Amino acid sequence: MNILLILPIIIPFITGIILILAWNNRPFQRAFSVVGAAALLIAGLALLRDVWQNGIQVAQMGGWPAPFGITLVADLLSCIMVILGGIMVLSIGIYSLMDVDKGRESFGYYPLLHILMMGISGSFLTGDLFNLYVWFEVMLMSSFVLLVLGGERNQLEGGIKYVTLNLLSSAIFLAAVGAMYGLVGTVNMADLAVMVQRGEQAGIIQTLATMFLIAFGIKAAIFPLFFWLPSSYHTPPAGVSAIFAGLLTKVGVYTLIRVFTLIFILDVGYTHTIILVLAGFTMVSGVLGAATQNEMRRILSFHIISQIGYMIMGLGLYTPLALAGSVFYIMHHIIVKANLFLVSGVVNRLRGTYQLKKLGGLYRVYPMLGVLFLIPAFSLAGVPPLSGFWAKFALIRAALEIDSYLIVAAALVVSLLTLFSMTKIWGEVFWKADPAEHPETEENPPLSQLAYLIIPIAGLALITVSIGLFSEPFFALAIDAAKQLLNPAEYIQAVNPVVGGSL
Amino acid sequence: MTSVILSTATRYMLPLLLLFSVFLLLRGHSEPGGGFVGGLVAAASFAFYAFAYNVKQARRALRINPRVFIGVGLLIAVSSATYSLFLGKSFMTGIWTETEFPVFGAIGTPFIFDVGVYLVVLGVILTIVFSLAEGEQ
Repeated sequence: MNILLILPIIIPFITGIILILAWNNRPFQRAFSVVGAAALLIAGLALLRDVWQNGIQVAQMGGWPAPFGITLVADLLSCIMVILGGIMVLSIGIYSLMDVDKGRESFGYYPLLHILMMGISGSFLTGDLFNLYVWFEVMLMSSFVLLVLGGERNQLEGGIKYVTLNLLSSAIFLAAVGAMYGLVGTVNMADLAVMVQRGEQAGIIQTLATMFLIAFGIKAAIFPLFFWLPSSYHTPPAGVSAIFAGLLTKVGVYTLIRVFTLIFILDVGYTHTIILVLAGFTMVSGVLGAATQNEMRRILSFHIISQIGYMIMGLGLYTPLALAGSVFYIMHHIIVKANLFLVSGVVNRLRGTYQLKKLGGLYRVYPMLGVLFLIPAFSLAGVPPLSGFWAKFALIRAALEIDSYLIVAAALVVSLLTLFSMTKIWGEVFWKADPAEHPETEENPPLSQLAYLIIPIAGLALITVSIGLFSEPFFALAIDAAKQLLNPAEYIQAVNPVVGGSL
Repeated sequence: MTSVILSTATRYMLPLLLLFSVFLLLRGHSEPGGGFVGGLVAAASFAFYAFAYNVKQARRALRINPRVFIGVGLLIAVSSATYSLFLGKSFMTGIWTETEFPVFGAIGTPFIFDVGVYLVVLGVILTIVFSLAEGEQ
């Protein structure tokens, strides 16, 4: 029984409970929220160390062996995702100290944030399809509340779209799990993988695979199911939209990678080609959508979609290098995308708007903020030597190796258009003359007064730069994670030695 | 709204319903019942009280803010699940007492977990009911 597997779920849970009990003590809530976030990050790192040294780790809940009980499984991809979650919640926890107003704090912002993290960590660690559904619900419940907390008009409007689409996706997911159980009689992922590999009733399995693709596709916001995302992510406070942008859609991507490398690999030529085509369309439609927008967070929201395309692209290509590229891309993207949202929050705080037309001249007043924006922006567009370059490099090289020139062309064009979008934000927000002349004295507080906002931004920027400059160990990790993904026997053997041994 | 019949009946119903909810909680171990439905019945008794009198008096009858029940309930549930870890067993393994008690039989962590569920359900329902009723007033 490995306790490290439970910690990433229990730490945010206990933090959340203590924060609920200390409902009226706001100073304590603020401090303890950061402590809990740091503990989660440390637990994630410890788990990665363990998995790196000792291979895939498994914990059977209640001592019931798989496939009868609920199994938690940590392979390298799970650990990477848990650590990224820890980095996110720590950054957002610090950022929220200044970004979130008293009203939201006193209506339970911090407890919700940690319960959200519990759902996210649970989704990354579970090895059971129905349990995954439960974690999704834990995550969605708290995300619904976080999204509309504060009750502003546009928040509720975005919230309705978000809730409706996510409930639809959950319904499809649940129906697919039910049908799967009816078909093969198990919901344990490792056990499912064994059953599906026997190749019986391949037609129905293929149909179910498509249902899972749709259910997780809605959550991951892939083409053509992405429209809920840009209409809801720009409504809550910047910190909330940063953690949504960074983590929530990536949970969808993670589950897609998990089920389409472990379970549905019977007819790769069919399913993964669909995924590859969807990836191309996702990239292109996302980046074109962004080009038409004139609101900072809406542009960034559309870019999430186009970036999801790159992550799915690696899955669609289905070679070791491509999957490593996907994993590396997720690492890079979560940090960079959340950082851009955090910067947009600072801009909004300084100028009171996200509209490009009303912004301008920030570089003259805040050159440091300009630099802090440029690092993630260039990284997103894939300018060397930042992390985004290596991520795209790996994916494109993987595509060239198997002669998928169309997807290479799409990826390169989208990359260029991303750069265009980022320079558009840079030009409008930082470079052009300020349309509304602000008196120099009172309305321009020095950045040192915004320390809680700047520290996480600078920290995330530092991570982006170090992933870019010292990409070797990160890439080695991604390659090993991809190797594990492409060798499901290892996963099955770890979960259920009896079945795994007979493979 | 004040109704003499409802307010008089509630005064007698409240303790009976609470007793019934505890009965459901205890029975739930091996027969239909359990923490969830017990918590619902307990919450219904206080909701009755709020309708018959008003929310303020119902809060006073409850004495504790329903939110505290949520926190305490979750804490009890999570500690019952964690207890097995200290004995070197898997997370959430059921641990039972050796001796049998007269009414309860053997007591184990699943029962304690159920008590947590009872409190969480009570807290959640009452938080919702009280907020809605206060919003109306």
